[in-house]
Amino acid sequence: MSWKLFLLLLEAARLTVILSVVSIGVIGFLLATGVCAANMSQNRFARGAGWLFVSFFRGTPLLVQLLLIYYLLPSIGLDVPSEVAAVAGMSLCTAAYQAEIMRGGFAAVPTGLVEAADMAGMSRLTTFRRIRLPIAFKLTLPGLINEWIMMLKSSSLVSVVGVVELTRMAQDLAASTYRPLELYAAAGFIYLCISIVVALVGRGLEARLSWGRL
Amino acid sequence: MGAAMKFDFSLILASAPDILRGIGVTLFIWVVCVALGLALGFLIAVARRYGGRVANAVLFVPVEVIRGTPFLVQVFLLYYGGPLIGLSLDNLPAGIIALSVYAAAYYSELWRAGFDAIPKGHLEAADCVGMGPVQTMTRIMLPEMTTLILPAMVNMTILMLKETAILSIISVPELTLTVSALGTQNYAFVESFTVLALIYWALVEACGGAGRWAERRLAKYRFA
Repeated sequence: MSWKLFLLLLEAARLTVILSVVSIGVIGFLLATGVCAANMSQNRFARGAGWLFVSFFRGTPLLVQLLLIYYLLPSIGLDVPSEVAAVAGMSLCTAAYQAEIMRGGFAAVPTGLVEAADMAGMSRLTTFRRIRLPIAFKLTLPGLINEWIMMLKSSSLVSVVGVVELTRMAQDLAASTYRPLELYAAAGFIYLCISIVVALVGRGLEARLSWGRL
Repeated sequence: MGAAMKFDFSLILASAPDILRGIGVTLFIWVVCVALGLALGFLIAVARRYGGRVANAVLFVPVEVIRGTPFLVQVFLLYYGGPLIGLSLDNLPAGIIALSVYAAAYYSELWRAGFDAIPKGHLEAADCVGMGPVQTMTRIMLPEMTTLILPAMVNMTILMLKETAILSIISVPELTLTVSALGTQNYAFVESFTVLALIYWALVEACGGAGRWAERRLAKYRFA
Protein backbone atom coordinates (compact mmCIF):
# COMPACT_ATOMS: atom_id res chain seq x y z
CA MET A 1 0.00 0.00 0.00
CA SER A 2 1.33 3.36 -0.95
CA TRP A 3 2.18 6.08 1.53
CA LYS A 4 -0.37 8.34 -0.08
CA LEU A 5 -3.22 6.02 0.85
CA PHE A 6 -1.89 5.61 4.37
CA LEU A 7 -1.66 9.39 4.78
CA LEU A 8 -5.28 9.71 3.67
CA LEU A 9 -6.24 7.19 6.34
CA LEU A 10 -4.26 9.11 8.95
CA GLU A 11 -5.98 12.31 7.90
CA ALA A 12 -9.35 10.60 8.38
CA ALA A 13 -8.19 9.17 11.70
CA ARG A 14 -7.89 12.75 12.90
CA LEU A 15 -11.66 13.11 12.52
CA THR A 16 -12.14 9.84 14.42
CA VAL A 17 -10.05 11.24 17.28
CA ILE A 18 -11.83 14.62 17.24
CA LEU A 19 -15.29 13.01 17.20
CA SER A 20 -14.27 10.66 20.00
CA VAL A 21 -12.76 13.35 22.23
CA VAL A 22 -15.74 15.67 21.78
CA SER A 23 -18.45 13.05 22.26
CA ILE A 24 -16.82 10.60 24.68
CA GLY A 25 -14.48 12.79 26.70
CA VAL A 26 -16.46 16.04 26.82
CA ILE A 27 -20.19 15.87 26.04
CA GLY A 28 -20.70 12.22 27.03
CA PHE A 29 -18.72 12.64 30.23
CA LEU A 30 -20.61 15.79 31.28
CA LEU A 31 -23.94 14.20 30.39
CA ALA A 32 -22.94 11.12 32.38
CA THR A 33 -22.23 13.16 35.52
CA GLY A 34 -25.74 14.63 35.20
CA VAL A 35 -27.33 11.21 34.69
CA CYS A 36 -25.31 9.79 37.57
CA ALA A 37 -26.47 12.66 39.81
CA ALA A 38 -30.07 11.96 38.79
CA ASN A 39 -29.62 8.26 39.53
CA MET A 40 -28.24 8.98 43.00
CA SER A 41 -30.69 11.74 43.87
CA GLN A 42 -33.43 11.55 46.50
CA ASN A 43 -36.04 12.54 43.93
CA ARG A 44 -37.97 9.55 42.64
CA PHE A 45 -38.73 11.12 39.25
CA ALA A 46 -35.10 12.00 38.67
CA ARG A 47 -34.11 8.44 39.52
CA GLY A 48 -36.79 7.04 37.21
CA ALA A 49 -35.72 9.28 34.35
CA GLY A 50 -32.07 8.34 34.91
CA TRP A 51 -32.93 4.65 34.95
CA LEU A 52 -34.94 5.00 31.73
CA PHE A 53 -32.09 6.83 30.02
CA VAL A 54 -29.47 4.28 31.05
CA SER A 55 -31.68 1.32 30.23
CA PHE A 56 -32.57 2.59 26.77
CA PHE A 57 -29.12 3.66 25.64
CA ARG A 58 -27.47 0.54 27.00
CA GLY A 59 -30.29 -1.65 25.74
CA THR A 60 -30.20 -0.72 22.06
CA PRO A 61 -27.37 -1.05 19.52
CA LEU A 62 -25.39 2.14 18.90
CA LEU A 63 -25.95 1.58 15.18
CA VAL A 64 -29.72 1.78 15.67
CA GLN A 65 -29.38 4.86 17.89
CA LEU A 66 -27.28 6.59 15.24
CA LEU A 67 -29.73 5.75 12.45
CA LEU A 68 -32.68 6.90 14.58
CA ILE A 69 -31.04 10.21 15.47
CA TYR A 70 -29.81 10.73 11.91
CA TYR A 71 -33.36 10.48 10.55
CA LEU A 72 -35.11 11.98 13.56
CA LEU A 73 -33.27 15.32 13.56
CA PRO A 74 -34.41 16.43 10.07
CA SER A 75 -37.95 15.14 10.66
CA ILE A 76 -38.35 17.48 13.61
CA GLY A 77 -37.01 20.32 11.48
CA LEU A 78 -33.35 20.26 12.49
CA ASP A 79 -31.26 20.15 9.34
CA VAL A 80 -27.80 19.56 10.73
CA PRO A 81 -24.74 17.93 9.18
CA SER A 82 -24.31 14.22 9.79
CA GLU A 83 -21.34 14.93 12.08
CA VAL A 84 -23.79 16.45 14.57
CA ALA A 85 -26.00 13.35 14.49
CA ALA A 86 -22.87 11.24 14.99
CA VAL A 87 -21.70 13.25 18.00
CA ALA A 88 -25.21 13.25 19.48
CA GLY A 89 -25.57 9.48 19.12
CA MET A 90 -22.14 8.68 20.51
CA SER A 91 -22.51 11.13 23.41
CA LEU A 92 -25.89 9.77 24.49
CA CYS A 93 -24.76 6.16 24.27
CA THR A 94 -21.48 6.61 26.12
CA ALA A 95 -23.17 8.80 28.75
CA ALA A 96 -25.38 5.87 29.73
CA TYR A 97 -22.37 3.59 30.16
CA GLN A 98 -20.21 6.18 31.92
CA ALA A 99 -23.06 7.08 34.29
CA GLU A 100 -23.34 3.46 35.39
CA ILE A 101 -19.58 3.24 35.92
CA MET A 102 -19.65 6.42 38.01
CA ARG A 103 -22.57 5.15 40.07
CA GLY A 104 -20.62 1.97 40.76
CA GLY A 105 -17.66 4.08 41.87
CA PHE A 106 -19.71 6.13 44.33
CA ALA A 107 -21.37 2.99 45.65
CA ALA A 108 -17.93 1.49 46.33
CA VAL A 109 -16.72 4.39 48.50
CA PRO A 110 -16.35 2.80 51.96
CA THR A 111 -19.14 4.07 54.25
CA GLY A 112 -16.68 4.19 57.15
CA LEU A 113 -14.80 7.02 55.46
CA VAL A 114 -17.98 9.01 54.92
CA GLU A 115 -19.02 8.44 58.53
CA ALA A 116 -15.57 9.47 59.73
CA ALA A 117 -15.81 12.69 57.71
CA ASP A 118 -19.20 13.34 59.28
CA MET A 119 -17.75 12.72 62.74
CA ALA A 120 -14.89 15.09 62.00
CA GLY A 121 -17.50 17.77 61.40
CA MET A 122 -17.30 18.05 57.62
CA SER A 123 -20.42 19.35 55.96
CA ARG A 124 -22.10 17.16 53.32
CA LEU A 125 -20.65 19.30 50.57
CA THR A 126 -17.14 19.14 52.00
CA THR A 127 -17.45 15.38 52.48
CA PHE A 128 -18.50 15.07 48.87
CA ARG A 129 -15.73 17.33 47.58
CA ARG A 130 -12.89 15.99 49.71
CA ILE A 131 -13.83 12.34 50.39
CA ARG A 132 -16.46 10.83 48.11
CA LEU A 133 -15.56 12.53 44.83
CA PRO A 134 -11.79 11.87 44.82
CA ILE A 135 -12.21 8.27 45.96
CA ALA A 136 -15.01 7.59 43.48
CA PHE A 137 -12.91 9.17 40.73
CA LYS A 138 -10.02 6.90 41.54
CA LEU A 139 -12.27 3.85 41.64
CA THR A 140 -14.01 4.66 38.34
CA LEU A 141 -10.95 5.60 36.32
CA PRO A 142 -10.10 2.08 35.06
CA GLY A 143 -13.73 1.49 34.08
CA LEU A 144 -13.98 4.86 32.35
CA ILE A 145 -10.80 4.27 30.35
CA ASN A 146 -12.12 0.89 29.31
CA GLU A 147 -15.35 2.53 28.18
CA TRP A 148 -13.47 5.24 26.26
CA ILE A 149 -11.55 2.59 24.34
CA MET A 150 -14.71 0.58 23.60
CA MET A 151 -16.46 3.73 22.40
CA LEU A 152 -13.50 4.84 20.32
CA LYS A 153 -13.82 1.56 18.43
CA SER A 154 -17.58 1.96 18.19
CA SER A 155 -17.03 5.35 16.56
CA SER A 156 -16.42 3.34 13.36
CA LEU A 157 -20.21 2.97 13.19
CA VAL A 158 -20.71 6.64 12.37
CA SER A 159 -19.36 5.74 8.93
CA VAL A 160 -22.88 4.43 8.28
CA VAL A 161 -24.47 7.88 8.55
CA GLY A 162 -21.97 9.28 6.08
CA VAL A 163 -19.27 10.77 8.29
CA VAL A 164 -15.96 10.28 6.50
CA GLU A 165 -13.88 9.16 9.46
CA LEU A 166 -11.28 6.41 9.46
CA THR A 167 -13.56 3.47 8.64
CA ARG A 168 -15.49 5.33 5.94
CA MET A 169 -12.26 6.55 4.36
CA ALA A 170 -10.92 2.98 4.30
CA GLN A 171 -14.20 1.87 2.71
CA ASP A 172 -14.09 4.59 0.05
CA LEU A 173 -10.43 3.93 -0.76
CA ALA A 174 -11.00 0.15 -0.82
CA ALA A 175 -13.79 0.67 -3.34
CA SER A 176 -11.74 2.91 -5.61
CA THR A 177 -8.43 1.00 -5.45
CA TYR A 178 -9.79 -2.58 -5.15
CA ARG A 179 -7.41 -3.21 -2.27
CA PRO A 180 -9.71 -3.96 0.68
CA LEU A 181 -7.22 -6.26 2.39
CA GLU A 182 -4.46 -3.68 2.86
CA LEU A 183 -6.80 -0.78 3.55
CA TYR A 184 -8.89 -2.45 6.24
CA ALA A 185 -5.77 -3.94 7.81
CA ALA A 186 -4.19 -0.48 7.87
CA ALA A 187 -7.34 1.06 9.34
CA GLY A 188 -7.38 -1.65 12.01
CA PHE A 189 -3.72 -0.94 12.73
CA ILE A 190 -4.43 2.77 13.24
CA TYR A 191 -7.35 1.99 15.58
CA LEU A 192 -5.09 -0.39 17.49
CA CYS A 193 -2.44 2.31 17.87
CA ILE A 194 -5.00 4.85 19.15
CA SER A 195 -6.41 2.28 21.60
CA ILE A 196 -2.92 1.49 22.89
CA VAL A 197 -2.16 5.20 23.38
CA VAL A 198 -5.40 5.69 25.33
CA ALA A 199 -4.65 2.60 27.43
CA LEU A 200 -1.12 3.83 28.18
CA VAL A 201 -2.32 7.31 29.12
CA GLY A 202 -4.89 5.64 31.37
CA ARG A 203 -2.21 3.46 32.94
CA GLY A 204 -0.17 6.59 33.63
CA LEU A 205 -3.13 8.39 35.20
CA GLU A 206 -3.88 5.40 37.39
CA ALA A 207 -0.26 5.28 38.53
CA ARG A 208 -0.38 8.97 39.46
CA LEU A 209 -3.52 8.30 41.48
CA SER A 210 -1.95 5.44 43.40
CA TRP A 211 -2.19 7.29 46.72
CA GLY A 212 -4.06 5.72 49.59
CA ARG A 213 -4.85 2.16 48.63
CA LEU A 214 -8.34 1.24 49.78
CA MET B 1 -41.85 21.46 12.79
CA GLY B 2 -45.54 20.73 13.16
CA ALA B 3 -46.46 19.45 9.73
CA ALA B 4 -43.23 17.47 9.42
CA MET B 5 -43.89 15.63 12.67
CA LYS B 6 -46.34 13.02 11.53
CA PHE B 7 -45.36 9.56 12.55
CA ASP B 8 -47.33 6.62 11.26
CA PHE B 9 -46.47 3.29 12.83
CA SER B 10 -49.23 1.27 11.14
CA LEU B 11 -47.14 0.81 7.98
CA ILE B 12 -44.37 -0.77 10.02
CA LEU B 13 -46.64 -2.92 12.13
CA ALA B 14 -48.36 -4.23 9.00
CA SER B 15 -45.08 -5.97 8.22
CA ALA B 16 -45.01 -7.92 11.48
CA PRO B 17 -44.23 -11.28 9.79
CA ASP B 18 -41.09 -9.81 8.17
CA ILE B 19 -40.03 -8.30 11.49
CA LEU B 20 -40.56 -11.62 13.27
CA ARG B 21 -38.40 -13.36 10.67
CA GLY B 22 -35.73 -10.71 11.24
CA ILE B 23 -35.88 -11.29 14.99
CA GLY B 24 -35.51 -15.01 14.31
CA VAL B 25 -32.37 -14.49 12.21
CA THR B 26 -30.89 -12.12 14.83
CA LEU B 27 -31.54 -14.60 17.65
CA PHE B 28 -30.12 -17.46 15.55
CA ILE B 29 -26.90 -15.53 14.81
CA TRP B 30 -26.67 -14.48 18.44
CA VAL B 31 -27.05 -18.00 19.87
CA VAL B 32 -24.63 -19.55 17.37
CA CYS B 33 -21.97 -16.86 17.84
CA VAL B 34 -22.25 -16.87 21.64
CA ALA B 35 -21.94 -20.68 21.71
CA LEU B 36 -18.97 -20.70 19.31
CA GLY B 37 -17.39 -17.72 21.06
CA LEU B 38 -17.70 -19.32 24.49
CA ALA B 39 -16.22 -22.61 23.28
CA LEU B 40 -13.40 -21.07 21.26
CA GLY B 41 -12.70 -18.58 24.03
CA PHE B 42 -12.45 -21.42 26.53
CA LEU B 43 -9.98 -23.28 24.29
CA ILE B 44 -7.89 -20.12 23.91
CA ALA B 45 -7.86 -19.56 27.67
CA VAL B 46 -6.87 -23.17 28.36
CA ALA B 47 -4.15 -23.07 25.70
CA ARG B 48 -2.78 -19.82 27.09
CA ARG B 49 -2.76 -21.17 30.62
CA TYR B 50 -1.52 -24.71 30.12
CA GLY B 51 0.17 -24.54 26.69
CA GLY B 52 3.41 -23.05 27.94
CA ARG B 53 4.93 -19.67 27.33
CA VAL B 54 5.03 -20.04 23.52
CA ALA B 55 1.31 -20.74 23.15
CA ASN B 56 0.56 -17.85 25.49
CA ALA B 57 2.70 -15.45 23.45
CA VAL B 58 1.35 -16.69 20.12
CA LEU B 59 -2.28 -16.28 21.22
CA PHE B 60 -1.70 -12.95 22.96
CA VAL B 61 -1.32 -11.09 19.65
CA PRO B 62 -4.59 -12.07 17.91
CA VAL B 63 -6.60 -11.66 21.11
CA GLU B 64 -5.27 -8.15 21.67
CA VAL B 65 -5.61 -7.19 17.98
CA ILE B 66 -9.25 -8.28 17.95
CA ARG B 67 -9.95 -6.49 21.22
CA GLY B 68 -8.15 -3.37 20.02
CA THR B 69 -9.87 -2.89 16.65
CA PRO B 70 -13.50 -2.12 15.77
CA PHE B 71 -15.71 -5.09 14.96
CA LEU B 72 -16.92 -3.32 11.82
CA VAL B 73 -13.36 -3.18 10.44
CA GLN B 74 -12.89 -6.88 11.21
CA VAL B 75 -16.09 -7.72 9.34
CA PHE B 76 -15.01 -5.64 6.34
CA LEU B 77 -11.57 -7.25 6.37
CA LEU B 78 -13.05 -10.76 6.30
CA TYR B 79 -15.94 -10.09 3.93
CA TYR B 80 -14.26 -7.81 1.38
CA GLY B 81 -10.62 -8.76 1.93
CA GLY B 82 -11.18 -12.51 2.25
CA PRO B 83 -11.85 -13.21 -1.45
CA LEU B 84 -8.40 -11.82 -2.33
CA ILE B 85 -6.76 -14.61 -0.34
CA GLY B 86 -9.17 -17.28 -1.57
CA LEU B 87 -11.64 -16.94 1.28
CA SER B 88 -14.89 -16.12 -0.51
CA LEU B 89 -17.73 -16.25 1.99
CA ASP B 90 -21.40 -15.40 1.73
CA ASN B 91 -22.52 -12.62 4.04
CA LEU B 92 -24.18 -14.86 6.64
CA PRO B 93 -21.23 -17.25 7.18
CA ALA B 94 -18.79 -14.32 7.04
CA GLY B 95 -20.81 -12.51 9.67
CA ILE B 96 -21.09 -15.55 11.91
CA ILE B 97 -17.37 -16.33 11.66
CA ALA B 98 -16.34 -12.71 12.32
CA LEU B 99 -18.69 -12.32 15.27
CA SER B 100 -17.71 -15.68 16.79
CA VAL B 101 -14.01 -14.88 16.60
CA TYR B 102 -14.65 -11.42 18.03
CA ALA B 103 -16.62 -12.97 20.89
CA ALA B 104 -13.97 -15.63 21.48
CA ALA B 105 -11.30 -12.98 22.11
CA TYR B 106 -13.43 -11.30 24.78
CA TYR B 107 -14.75 -14.53 26.32
CA SER B 108 -11.21 -15.94 26.53
CA GLU B 109 -10.22 -13.03 28.75
CA LEU B 110 -13.23 -13.72 31.00
CA TRP B 111 -12.38 -17.42 31.21
CA ARG B 112 -8.83 -16.41 32.03
CA ALA B 113 -10.01 -14.22 34.89
CA GLY B 114 -12.07 -17.20 36.05
CA PHE B 115 -9.05 -19.51 36.08
CA ASP B 116 -7.11 -16.91 38.06
CA ALA B 117 -9.88 -16.64 40.67
CA ILE B 118 -9.89 -20.32 41.67
CA PRO B 119 -8.06 -20.73 44.97
CA LYS B 120 -5.02 -23.00 44.72
CA GLY B 121 -6.19 -24.88 47.80
CA HIS B 122 -9.25 -26.16 45.95
CA LEU B 123 -7.09 -27.61 43.19
CA GLU B 124 -4.74 -29.19 45.68
CA ALA B 125 -7.71 -30.63 47.53
CA ALA B 126 -9.06 -32.11 44.29
CA ASP B 127 -5.63 -33.60 43.62
CA CYS B 128 -5.49 -35.06 47.13
CA VAL B 129 -8.82 -36.84 46.83
CA GLY B 130 -7.56 -38.41 43.60
CA MET B 131 -9.33 -36.38 40.91
CA GLY B 132 -7.68 -36.38 37.48
CA PRO B 133 -7.25 -33.19 35.41
CA VAL B 134 -10.52 -33.71 33.51
CA GLN B 135 -12.50 -34.36 36.66
CA THR B 136 -10.92 -31.37 38.39
CA MET B 137 -11.90 -29.24 35.42
CA THR B 138 -15.50 -30.40 35.15
CA ARG B 139 -16.29 -30.77 38.85
CA ILE B 140 -14.23 -28.05 40.51
CA MET B 141 -12.92 -25.43 38.12
CA LEU B 142 -15.85 -24.99 35.71
CA PRO B 143 -18.59 -24.73 38.34
CA GLU B 144 -16.55 -22.42 40.56
CA MET B 145 -15.47 -20.24 37.66
CA THR B 146 -18.91 -20.04 36.10
CA THR B 147 -20.49 -18.60 39.21
CA LEU B 148 -17.68 -16.08 39.62
CA ILE B 149 -17.57 -14.78 36.05
CA LEU B 150 -21.29 -15.09 35.34
CA PRO B 151 -22.07 -11.34 35.71
CA ALA B 152 -19.30 -10.45 33.27
CA MET B 153 -20.39 -13.25 30.92
CA VAL B 154 -23.99 -12.00 30.96
CA ASN B 155 -22.72 -8.50 30.21
CA MET B 156 -20.68 -9.70 27.23
CA THR B 157 -23.52 -11.87 25.98
CA ILE B 158 -25.89 -8.87 26.02
CA LEU B 159 -23.23 -6.87 24.18
CA MET B 160 -23.14 -9.63 21.56
CA LEU B 161 -26.88 -9.29 20.95
CA LYS B 162 -26.33 -5.63 20.10
CA GLU B 163 -23.23 -6.36 18.00
CA THR B 164 -25.33 -8.56 15.67
CA ALA B 165 -26.90 -5.32 14.37
CA ILE B 166 -23.55 -4.44 12.77
CA LEU B 167 -23.92 -7.42 10.42
CA SER B 168 -26.69 -5.49 8.66
CA ILE B 169 -23.91 -3.38 7.12
CA ILE B 170 -22.75 -6.40 5.10
CA SER B 171 -26.41 -7.17 4.26
CA VAL B 172 -27.01 -10.11 6.57
CA PRO B 173 -30.84 -10.28 6.61
CA GLU B 174 -31.22 -9.86 10.36
CA LEU B 175 -33.48 -7.55 12.32
CA THR B 176 -31.78 -4.21 11.61
CA LEU B 177 -31.55 -4.82 7.86
CA THR B 178 -35.16 -6.06 7.69
CA VAL B 179 -36.56 -3.05 9.51
CA SER B 180 -34.35 -0.56 7.64
CA ALA B 181 -35.66 -2.02 4.40
CA LEU B 182 -39.21 -1.46 5.63
CA GLY B 183 -38.25 2.12 6.39
CA THR B 184 -36.97 2.61 2.87
CA GLN B 185 -40.00 0.95 1.24
CA ASN B 186 -42.53 3.00 3.17
CA TYR B 187 -40.36 6.08 3.43
CA ALA B 188 -40.90 5.89 7.18
CA PHE B 189 -37.39 5.97 8.66
CA VAL B 190 -38.10 7.45 12.06
CA GLU B 191 -41.00 5.08 12.71
CA SER B 192 -39.08 2.00 11.64
CA PHE B 193 -35.95 2.84 13.61
CA THR B 194 -38.07 3.62 16.68
CA VAL B 195 -39.74 0.23 16.42
CA LEU B 196 -36.33 -1.33 15.88
CA ALA B 197 -34.88 0.31 18.99
CA LEU B 198 -37.88 -0.81 21.06
CA ILE B 199 -37.49 -4.41 19.89
CA TYR B 200 -33.79 -4.48 20.79
CA TRP B 201 -34.55 -2.83 24.10
CA ALA B 202 -37.10 -5.53 24.94
CA LEU B 203 -34.71 -8.31 23.88
CA VAL B 204 -31.83 -6.86 25.91
CA GLU B 205 -33.98 -6.33 29.01
CA ALA B 206 -35.26 -9.92 28.71
CA CYS B 207 -31.70 -11.19 28.39
CA GLY B 208 -30.61 -9.12 31.38
CA GLY B 209 -33.51 -10.51 33.41
CA ALA B 210 -32.54 -14.07 32.47
CA GLY B 211 -28.96 -13.30 33.51
CA ARG B 212 -30.04 -11.97 36.91
CA TRP B 213 -32.19 -15.07 37.38
CA ALA B 214 -29.22 -17.32 36.57
CA GLU B 215 -27.04 -15.36 38.98
CA ARG B 216 -29.58 -15.89 41.76
CA ARG B 217 -29.82 -19.59 40.95
CA LEU B 218 -26.07 -20.06 40.98
CA ALA B 219 -25.46 -17.82 43.99
CA LYS B 220 -25.48 -20.81 46.34
CA TYR B 221 -22.37 -22.21 44.65
CA ARG B 222 -20.44 -18.98 45.15
CA PHE B 223 -17.55 -19.26 47.56
CA ALA B 224 -16.03 -15.78 47.27
